[in-house]
Amino acid sequence: MSTDGQAGHHWFDDEAGPVVRPYAMTRGRTSHAAQHRLDLIAVVVTEPGADDPDTDDALSPEHVEIIERCRDTPQTVAELAADLDLPVGVVRVLVGDLMDQEYVYVNRPVPPAELVDESILRDVINGLRAL
Amino acid sequence: MIRGRSEAGKPPIEPVTLKILVAGGFGVGKTTFVGAVSEIRPLRTEEVLTEAGRPVDDVTGVEGKRTTTVALDFGRITLREDLVLYLFGTPGQERFWFMWEELTEGALGAVVLADTRRLEGCFPAVDYCERRSIPFVVGVNCFEGAVRYPVEDVREALDLDPSIPVVLCDARERESVKQVLAAVVQHARHHAAAAGRRQVTT
Repeated sequence: MSTDGQAGHHWFDDEAGPVVRPYAMTRGRTSHAAQHRLDLIAVVVTEPGADDPDTDDALSPEHVEIIERCRDTPQTVAELAADLDLPVGVVRVLVGDLMDQEYVYVNRPVPPAELVDESILRDVINGLRAL
Repeated sequence: MIRGRSEAGKPPIEPVTLKILVAGGFGVGKTTFVGAVSEIRPLRTEEVLTEAGRPVDDVTGVEGKRTTTVALDFGRITLREDLVLYLFGTPGQERFWFMWEELTEGALGAVVLADTRRLEGCFPAVDYCERRSIPFVVGVNCFEGAVRYPVEDVREALDLDPSIPVVLCDARERESVKQVLAAVVQHARHHAAAAGRRQVTT
């Protein structure tokens, strides 16, 4: 806070907001050719043979974070966005980059229409009851 | 997809993921509902405002503003190591309806939560699901102090198709929420089977 109270606004620390705007991480890109509308529940899996991301200077810290997080436990786009505290749109762009560079692959969810004849829905009902 | 084992040991499990929407008016208990069964505290994520927000968002003076925050509650239920159900609470404000497109795509079904003290709050969600043929169940959240109405009265007030299940629930109670979710999946199965039959007969 400024001491004279008249000199206008001075923002410090948290009041100043994030230091880096979210889309700065994507260099202003809001979409990615590879993302093809990645669903919120699409599962991101780190390629088992992926190179060590730490040695790749082209990757941002957020890229590396996604690779590391999805290595042992594949994660959905929504979970990544929440855990990294980034907008879903930003995560989609970053995951798209990583798909291009073959650091990760993505399992798209099965459309419900294709689940009908399978036992999955029965398993879901039984699973819910057994919780 | 068959993939080689990673050098570190066995490959990570890649689960089948499914989603169910939790819709309804403002303050009807969507976040509570998700929180009652989710194994993670309801997380919030945000989305980018598209052109759809333009007529209602006053951007005078900030014409360059292209993004805004849309809170989106979601929860996770691991049914099996390889089978995970996600719940998404839809944003309540009508100006964020563009989000529904993306949320409903690929969704197994929806719960429309209703509060009998202000039933009109769930009309838009019911309309949306009906128009898009999204299988849904109406969950009447029984708030303390609210008059309990028979299920048939609610059905009539909402002018619902007889095939749509209406269930009484308590969004705070895990058991109750589980039953509502099971009802959604059950209904989605019937819904799909009926659609299949229609295709065969026509």
